[in-house]
Amino acid sequence: MTDALARPTSLLILGGTSDIAVATVRALNSPVLRRVVLAARPSERRDAVVAALTGSGMRGVEVVDFDAADTATHQALLDSVFAQGDIDYVLLAFGVLGDQTDFEDNPDHAVEAATVNYVGAVSTALRVATLLKTQGHGGLVVFSSVAGERARKSNFVYGSTKAGLDSLANGLADSLHGTGVSVLIVRPGFVHTSMTSHLPAAPLSATAEQVAQGVVSGLRRGATVVYVPAALRVVMSGLRHVPRAVFRRLPI
Amino acid sequence: MTNEAVALTGWGLTMPTRAAVSSISSAAELAPLLAGVGNRGVIARGAGRSYGDAAQNGGGLVVTLDAINDVEVLDDGDVVAGAGALLADVIAPLLARGRFLPVTPGTRFVTVGGAIAADVHGKNHHVDGSFGQHLRWLDLVVASGQTQRIGPDGSPDDVALFHATVGGMGLTGIIVRACFGSVESPTDQMNVDTYRCADLDSLMSQMVEREAGHRYSVAWLDGMARGGKLGRGVLTVANHALTNQTPTNHALSGGTRPTESQLAMRFAAPRINVPPVPVSPLNRVTLAAFNEGYYRAAPRVRTGQQVGLGSYFYPLDLVGGWNRLYGSRGFVQYQFAVPDSGAAVIRQALERLSSIGAPSFLSVLKRFGAGNSAAPLSFPIAGWTLAIDVPARLDDLGPILDELDDAVLVAGGRLYLAKDSRATPAVIAAGYPRLDEFRSIRQGIDPAGIFTSDLARRLAL
Repeated sequence: MTDALARPTSLLILGGTSDIAVATVRALNSPVLRRVVLAARPSERRDAVVAALTGSGMRGVEVVDFDAADTATHQALLDSVFAQGDIDYVLLAFGVLGDQTDFEDNPDHAVEAATVNYVGAVSTALRVATLLKTQGHGGLVVFSSVAGERARKSNFVYGSTKAGLDSLANGLADSLHGTGVSVLIVRPGFVHTSMTSHLPAAPLSATAEQVAQGVVSGLRRGATVVYVPAALRVVMSGLRHVPRAVFRRLPI
Repeated sequence: MTNEAVALTGWGLTMPTRAAVSSISSAAELAPLLAGVGNRGVIARGAGRSYGDAAQNGGGLVVTLDAINDVEVLDDGDVVAGAGALLADVIAPLLARGRFLPVTPGTRFVTVGGAIAADVHGKNHHVDGSFGQHLRWLDLVVASGQTQRIGPDGSPDDVALFHATVGGMGLTGIIVRACFGSVESPTDQMNVDTYRCADLDSLMSQMVEREAGHRYSVAWLDGMARGGKLGRGVLTVANHALTNQTPTNHALSGGTRPTESQLAMRFAAPRINVPPVPVSPLNRVTLAAFNEGYYRAAPRVRTGQQVGLGSYFYPLDLVGGWNRLYGSRGFVQYQFAVPDSGAAVIRQALERLSSIGAPSFLSVLKRFGAGNSAAPLSFPIAGWTLAIDVPARLDDLGPILDELDDAVLVAGGRLYLAKDSRATPAVIAAGYPRLDEFRSIRQGIDPAGIFTSDLARRLAL
């Protein structure tokens, strides 16, 4: 379990090679952290993340093979991770961004993205929630996006997958109230990562480290939703109410 | 027996976990309960006064023994009490016979079982040692479901189990009953001397100087004072009053001593309760003012003042639920012990915590006499102990306390398990060199490891 300062002793990162996930693991590191399970597909990138975390002195870094789209494997994989000890926080950090034009030209690609971002999240989040309830404590950190708050014409496929994920996490958070298990939904705006390096930065953008700090402070406060940067809460609240005819014409 | 799933925390109100809670009313109910325990195990919970996660067991079973609370004072002054009895329940029958608890912590609302499991200490540690050192025997329900009566004398295995149970945080079994000694207290009054000291050095030298000749000694510190005022505080030393200079207290009973029922009312639950507060009123401004006022209100020197026993031992028990004042995110009580040679760590701790402006409501400095060396996890060691309350919401708290842990260990000291809510397994193992001995006794009596707690898992005890 976490300590009184919300510092975890153990972490499971589903999608353990994303820049945001790695920055969050670093931000959650402390002398009490002793087990870090990185769940991701085998890749050079995964090896590099393990080497970097271990090289920076992090203890107890483990790796398990995980494919978000291969939902048939999820139960056995999660069972085996939890069987080896309690997990304090599970980071649900996998996801693909894709390209809106490509999605429109090749709907199969859109289905693949939806399978990873939404179906994979349904499969893992529900199973993780049950495992956390069984141990009587724990937190699920869901990396959502402001793109899911109101889908824009420029990336509505990605936005719709995040909308589904966000909605799932919201409902789960309420259903877990009183069970000792909590859900933290993280809604960043544009984040400078390898996933977005080919794109022009949007206003109110953030770094992976800023997102990680948002997670840490959200966990300490026991928040259910954090925006990174925090000002996006107000901006999105406004955007949700912009009339459709105007919203359609916005250069976003 | 009742069963319900609830989220539990310690007194610090941090890190809740959910467990099934079974309230039992007789020791006989334990055997079937233990036989059916799942892989998350079971732990006994007393009054929930340990600050961290000692009496919680996420996903598992928590047993409360509130109904096993009978108290009997024997002719020789020894007490036989159910483990669920509060020390508050023991005080009245003892005082009515001119006796008092051999050791009491700063609250009377702890259970007898909890006092043993944490091997609690009091203001008289330099004279009388810890609670476990006054035990004649205790009844322990072990993993097999059998009850064993164990004490400081007997077969080597039983004696080893007894000493592992004293300070063993409930991890050897469930304590259901105990017999312990008492000390003489001819009246319900204390003779108290008070010394106000303007800085840490003068306070510590006064404490060393005044400990001989006084059974009780404790210093309150202004945890927020900095610079030249760092560690200023108020030392009170006391003995039980042999004669009562304020007999009007007992006009109702017409005797020299109040009746047991009058005493029982006096030591019952607090009449003022703090409701849950959304925003903590304890911040740097209010607490600096409180500390300043408390310090200034104390006389520079006052000797021979007679004070009621309750207000001397239990000033905080006046207000129920004072822990809620720290707000919904709770607080941490950092308590360590260091030998005399490590006294510099006390200054370091006060400096580091005041440097981040940690608003501290309660900082207490005490002398420790020789420790309970037979008990591998008993906390006290000869020297000093400092306890400081700090709100868990402070951002820099983690790294600062980690750094203080290192200083405590280098000085040959240790942390108190009953207060801990944030240490590492390595820090605990280094502070308790006989942890392996404790583990092997625990392994012997409970090979399947059914007795466990969040504390045991977090610290890999």
